[in-house]
Amino acid sequence: MRPSAVRLLNILVPVKRTVDYAVKIRVNPDQKGVDLNVKHSMNPFDEIAVEEAVRLREKLKDEVKSIKVVTIGPPKAAETLRTALAIGADSGIHIEIPESAPAPEPLGVAKALRAIIEREKDGVDLVIMGKQAIDDDAGQTGQMLAGLMDWAQATFASKLVVDPKSKEAEVTREVDGGLQELKCRLPLVVTTDLRLNEPRYASLPNIMKAKKKPIQKITPADLGVDLKPILETIKVTEPPKRVGGGKVENVDQLIAKLKEAGITPVKS
Amino acid sequence: MLRSAVRIAKPASAVLRQRAPVASRAATRHFSRSAVASSDVRPASLDVFTEEEQMLRESVRRFAEDVVGPKVREMDEKEMMDPEIIKALFEQGLMGIEISADHGGSESSFTSAIIAIEELARVDPSVSVMCDVHNTLVNTVIRTHGTQEQKDKWLPLLAQSSLGSFCLSEPASGSDAFALQTRAKKDGDHWILNGTKMWITNSYEADIFLIFANVDPSKGYKGITCFLATKDMGIKIAKKEQKLGIRASSTCSLAFDDLRIPAENIIGGEGKGYKIAIEILNEGRIGIAAQMLGLAQGAFDKAVPYTFQRSQFGKPVGTFQGMAFQQAQAAVELEAARLLTYNAARRKEEGRDFVREAAIAKYYASQVAQKVSGAAIEWAGGVGFTRETGIEKYWRDSKIGAIYEGTSNIQLQTIAKFIQKQYS
Repeated sequence: MRPSAVRLLNILVPVKRTVDYAVKIRVNPDQKGVDLNVKHSMNPFDEIAVEEAVRLREKLKDEVKSIKVVTIGPPKAAETLRTALAIGADSGIHIEIPESAPAPEPLGVAKALRAIIEREKDGVDLVIMGKQAIDDDAGQTGQMLAGLMDWAQATFASKLVVDPKSKEAEVTREVDGGLQELKCRLPLVVTTDLRLNEPRYASLPNIMKAKKKPIQKITPADLGVDLKPILETIKVTEPPKRVGGGKVENVDQLIAKLKEAGITPVKS
Repeated sequence: MLRSAVRIAKPASAVLRQRAPVASRAATRHFSRSAVASSDVRPASLDVFTEEEQMLRESVRRFAEDVVGPKVREMDEKEMMDPEIIKALFEQGLMGIEISADHGGSESSFTSAIIAIEELARVDPSVSVMCDVHNTLVNTVIRTHGTQEQKDKWLPLLAQSSLGSFCLSEPASGSDAFALQTRAKKDGDHWILNGTKMWITNSYEADIFLIFANVDPSKGYKGITCFLATKDMGIKIAKKEQKLGIRASSTCSLAFDDLRIPAENIIGGEGKGYKIAIEILNEGRIGIAAQMLGLAQGAFDKAVPYTFQRSQFGKPVGTFQGMAFQQAQAAVELEAARLLTYNAARRKEEGRDFVREAAIAKYYASQVAQKVSGAAIEWAGGVGFTRETGIEKYWRDSKIGAIYEGTSNIQLQTIAKFIQKQYS
């Protein structure tokens, strides 16, 4: 018998539909963005977040009461939710915006997530999300959400241990020079680093089951949030083409080349 | 399968019916399990897939690239399937694609099986054919012809742990499948089988064998009966073949020396084996078409990027018209093979006639596979000719497509029969 005072964990995992990691990115001729008419898939960091939530359930069993995934995006973003459901999430929320709408920015997304958390009847104890999305690489949403909620945050997690009984989590972060270990009280926002886990491949039976899991569709207006961008994109350009290097015969030639390039030794 | 190919030809009226307006034919394609197309359903293009089908493709593709990919060359060189791959296929639910969830399967559609076979072949046609034979031949025979007891007993094993093998061909009976010489004699509540099977895919690793044997040669093909045997009943591997291609997929001769099989293990009834074999090989051809399609796409995807990295005369070799047009031609043929394959799959799924379409798809896809994989070697030049890049393997693997599950000539014969029924 479990003591009745124990809170069960409700986990929220925000996911984003992004250009697939394997696609070669091309800048649009108007230099305001990139070609989005390409293959899309779930942001890889978010996939790690979903996987981590499912692993928590596999470890804590019934103590994880719910794993809800949420996305903001055009109708097609529902596919991303479905993928998360096939990995093992229970239900999804799709905050739908028109295909033509500009991409939401971190602050808007964080505010929408706050609204989602506040309307959850059972509350949310743990948000696990990607540390960044591979399209804009902003890396801000998790931190902003924790700030808005006034919750603890543990970013770039490479290990996560949750104890629902004490309502605490231990998070390991990879920082310069080693590992940092944090002990946090729930509720908590965790953002995932690449090494947190290796996501599973959705198995066929789970893909079939995902079809029957509920996805709730709402609009930003339902949440009372405005996703209008507050940043203006001035110009998007491709990184400069790499120019091939050269070979030198010996150290003297190398030093000469370095000096030529304006690199001087540090005086000690 | 010569005789079966002849026999399955439909009467002329059926053939004419099949030539219904294109719109209604395509209409319900993407609705799995829907019956015949009705005129009020909006037709869709041939590459429309359901959300689950797209997710399955995505998932199998990643599985194939990440899990199978690193082992392809080693398995080819060793001529041995890695047991871990078989285990992983079971874990991914890819060995019980159409088996119901009650029986531990994925309860998915025929088209899903075709997608999985195609995506596996893109990385390794050997792994693909193992999955194909298991799903589209062995599982389907038991799903469609097994009694409730047989399904309850065998389907959970086939969905979760036991590899299946389909034993029809013999040394003297290939295309002429019903000339098979394996005999079964009744002995109380058992049958005793004697004979030799040859070219049996999966047989080295399999636990469950569907064996076709004649219980009464005086009845000719109507004596052919399908038996289910397990390895521990005493099935002996006589010889493992050394092959040109799909070398990781086992192909063995089996010897039955007084093999005792319980009478309850007859599938579909005494003398019903020929019907089962015809039916199953007709749909099996769509699986081979998918394997050949995936193979061709895999060779294309491996060789083409290289032609834009490799520069000669100051520009990437892929930009020279001589090569660019070859690639364009290959893209055309790949597209055609894809549409033929998925059209046949959808027709089968909708419960409509598909024999002619399956024969066309299998014949054409195997040709495209050989042609595209051969060209891919040339596009990559010397590098393509080495074993290290794995491009030459696709070409070796492609040759079997014109041979197994009905040779190219048998497919042409099937297609020709439809023409003759309609016009002569």
